[in-house]
Amino acid sequence: MSTLAPERPDAAEPEERPPVEKPRPPLLSSRWLWALGIIGLWIVIWAVTKGNDTLELAGRERTSVHDALAGFRDDVLASRDSNPIIQLTYEIGGWFNSFVDWLQRMISVENFPRPVPEVGWLGVTAVATWIGLAIAGWRIAILVALSFLSFGVFDYWSGAIDLLIVTFVAVGVSVLIGLPLAVLLGTGNRVVHSVMTTALDIFQTMPTFVYLAPVALFFGIGASGAVVCTLLYALPPIIRVAGHGIRTVSETTIEATDSAGQTRWQRLTKVQLPMARRTIVVGLNQTILAALSMATIAAFIDGPGAGQDVLDSLKTVDTGGGFVPGALIVVIAIMLDRTTTAASEYSERAARGGVDLRRRRIVLAVAAVPVIVCLYLSRQYPWAAEFEETGWRTRLADLVNDFFDWFTDVFRDVTQGFKDLISAVLLNPLESLLAESPWWLVAAALLGLAFVLGGLRALLPTVVCVAGLLYFGLWNDAMITLNMTLVGTVLVMVLALVFGVWMARSPKMDLVLRPLLDTGQTIPPFVYMIPVLALFGTTRFSAIVAGVVYAAPVAIKLVADGVKGVSASTLEATRSTGSTTWQEITKVQLPMARGHLVLAANQGLLYVLAMAVIGGLVGAGGLGYDVVLGFARSEEWGFGAAAGISIVLLGIMVDRIARGAADKTSR
Amino acid sequence: MALVLTACGESSIDDETEANESQAAELGDCGEINMAVNPWVGYEASAYVVGHVAEEQLGCKVNYKDIKEDVAWQGFGTGEVDVIIEDWGHPDLEKKFFAEQGDGSAMDLGPQGNVGIIGWFVPPWLAEEHPEVLDYKNLNDFAEEFATSETGDKGQFLGADPSYVQFDEAIISNLGLDFEVVFSGSEAASITAFQQAEENKEFLIGYFYEPQWLFAEIPLERVALPPYEEGCQDDPAEVDCDYPETVLKKIGSTSWVEEGGPGVELVQNFEWTNDDQNTVAKYISEDGMSPEDAAAQWVEDNQDVVDAWLPQ
Repeated sequence: MSTLAPERPDAAEPEERPPVEKPRPPLLSSRWLWALGIIGLWIVIWAVTKGNDTLELAGRERTSVHDALAGFRDDVLASRDSNPIIQLTYEIGGWFNSFVDWLQRMISVENFPRPVPEVGWLGVTAVATWIGLAIAGWRIAILVALSFLSFGVFDYWSGAIDLLIVTFVAVGVSVLIGLPLAVLLGTGNRVVHSVMTTALDIFQTMPTFVYLAPVALFFGIGASGAVVCTLLYALPPIIRVAGHGIRTVSETTIEATDSAGQTRWQRLTKVQLPMARRTIVVGLNQTILAALSMATIAAFIDGPGAGQDVLDSLKTVDTGGGFVPGALIVVIAIMLDRTTTAASEYSERAARGGVDLRRRRIVLAVAAVPVIVCLYLSRQYPWAAEFEETGWRTRLADLVNDFFDWFTDVFRDVTQGFKDLISAVLLNPLESLLAESPWWLVAAALLGLAFVLGGLRALLPTVVCVAGLLYFGLWNDAMITLNMTLVGTVLVMVLALVFGVWMARSPKMDLVLRPLLDTGQTIPPFVYMIPVLALFGTTRFSAIVAGVVYAAPVAIKLVADGVKGVSASTLEATRSTGSTTWQEITKVQLPMARGHLVLAANQGLLYVLAMAVIGGLVGAGGLGYDVVLGFARSEEWGFGAAAGISIVLLGIMVDRIARGAADKTSR
Repeated sequence: MALVLTACGESSIDDETEANESQAAELGDCGEINMAVNPWVGYEASAYVVGHVAEEQLGCKVNYKDIKEDVAWQGFGTGEVDVIIEDWGHPDLEKKFFAEQGDGSAMDLGPQGNVGIIGWFVPPWLAEEHPEVLDYKNLNDFAEEFATSETGDKGQFLGADPSYVQFDEAIISNLGLDFEVVFSGSEAASITAFQQAEENKEFLIGYFYEPQWLFAEIPLERVALPPYEEGCQDDPAEVDCDYPETVLKKIGSTSWVEEGGPGVELVQNFEWTNDDQNTVAKYISEDGMSPEDAAAQWVEDNQDVVDAWLPQ
């Protein structure tokens, strides 16, 4: 599986990844020496100006910008009976509500006075399996059947099906809106392209929590709000990836068909879209996975589905109780990921004539018979309509709880020691430098670093972002968050180097690690919040750990990818000179994968930042806490909104600097 | 639902459908109740007990909505929420949604019987070994013991979930305490911290509250602050006193209340005690019962209390 997280610009455009086989640049180019110089100067000035002009807000102090944002919200609220925009959004929300409600009564909850849904579990499972068979073959059909059965066996049938319903409605709308926009992105001129890319960046950097309050305001709570915030979050990947696919259809093909005198519409429908089909399916895959991860966060505004069970377990601090629905969400993600991937390969093969269509039709027709029988049974008999409680959910939950209790008992001293060590040597000094420097010093240093590392292309966005951070009045909290993000990234890179290289060099390790990495990216963070808190306490470090669990898989995969990309002939040449394994890794493989390493660091950093809000829930303070505060307390709405925007600015700034550095490094 | 299923045994779905229809006809039409469920177990206990009575004894259909307070209040005007069954006091929201100053979409439905106690608490082992910490005047002597990796040489005070009313930063600075507030950020984080502190005998002081299911597991001890006096919390920056006791109340959607019906009367009559709530909360959190089952259990054991809530 690829990633559940927002597909970041770089990852979505693999052709921009640096070619691997290039002569090795010197260890430290002059740009990096300049950067070190800037940091040195920063430390010197910090030593004498520490504690001045830090722009720290006293508790509950608000700026006029925060008040203005809150005022906007109050105006919207006050005008909701007359404002035509809100009337329209409520109308749309109501439509989503009734559609989801109808689907639920069809397949997941009782349709009163009927004691069960119209179609019981047996029928739903049979139909889903048949669809799997039709679009992706019998292997996937088995996977689908097993996944659906697991929902019932673990007593989460309706939760899992509700989650699927919300995901599919949101993805359906995302495709309807996203494909035309993807065509625009793929065929538009440079200005259209850069405007859209920036907008997509903003959307993908925005923490998901920030959507919740405004969406609830405009579309209401429950299924309607859940569908809308899920679709907002899931829309960018399909626009970006499909647009990229359309854009990269080869020039010569287009020229060749253009000479036949076709119109632009013909070119689009006959050439560009069919040729980009594979990439479009990849975009769809990303969109589905993003939707799934958002659908659990939407439980905060009463979105239906397994996410609610995860949040419920938080109330009673029940690790095991959250683990079971969390694991089912991973099952759903893996099922959908493998299905869409297989479906795209299958359709590719079918398009090339590699599938015997006649035979396939016969197989599907024959397979339809038992499906219809199952449908009939599930409408007639209680056993086929509603799963008997198996008790497995409680048993598994108890098992997980016992394991974590044991784990905490045994390792708590070690983990606390590690936390104290990292806090003392990394977190505290860096936080002091970032958050206790005067704002003008940090701003100057950031601008200087942006310029020497990324040139003008990085400098301009940095100027805008620094100005924005100052404007929104949460500078000090932004520095605290930046500090945690940087330390988190360092840890992510350590893991990425160790496990990435290991995976690249040992296929066995790869086989073992991949499912774990997939799980780390997919499992809702609320599932591991309690054990992380038990091990590390309510600290900044807990927030960092949550971020690392989420970010490390991406970075590890990227590093493994890069190291694998070093050609066999290069390696053989090294071996013939009699170098050791260690030399081989440090002198050849890592330097040649340098572009991937920089990319991994960039992605890691953005992913850790994406977890800032979860950090706010485990005692880390900073912007994450501000967002949570804004969502929870009506009078702090503007404050929370400003914090959400600040996280976006921070993310874009860091991304632009790192990308600038990466581009230059790979050249 | 579960009852119906076991009662009917192997009967067909059609039979059950008919049974449901006749039961609905018998109880009459009570309509639907949209019940907000704010994210803490005590609230859940109140909500599901009222919901259970409404469904089983009045024949209403109850829709539970899992949301935070702020979003719940917004839902009154749109018909998405009819009742908040345990409100800890939100003057800001009252200003926006009550009739006198706001749009009038919400109204006070009276106390629900529980009394909210907010304060500073320490784990029981600490209170036993160092009873001095139970007076704020002695806290500075222990500041170093309370220090963590987050607070350097100052003591750490564990603040709470952001949605709760809290003045701890002001109290600490106005009482000259050598402490720094670290906000736990969520109820789960606070509870885990107290559990760990008790289990590993670590120093911890923080914001906590009753009624709360954790007290059945760990009887936290309250630290004495200068007593609350009328008006001492009016200016958030000047607070130097303890928190007042809060009479928890019910808030309803005005349009729903005006419509009337047995559901409205039930909510208006509902009143119980901290012990009652803690009992149900314990069923849910410690015994691992579902909120529905926990509520059913309590109602079965306390039908006499419930009878007083039913519409006459």
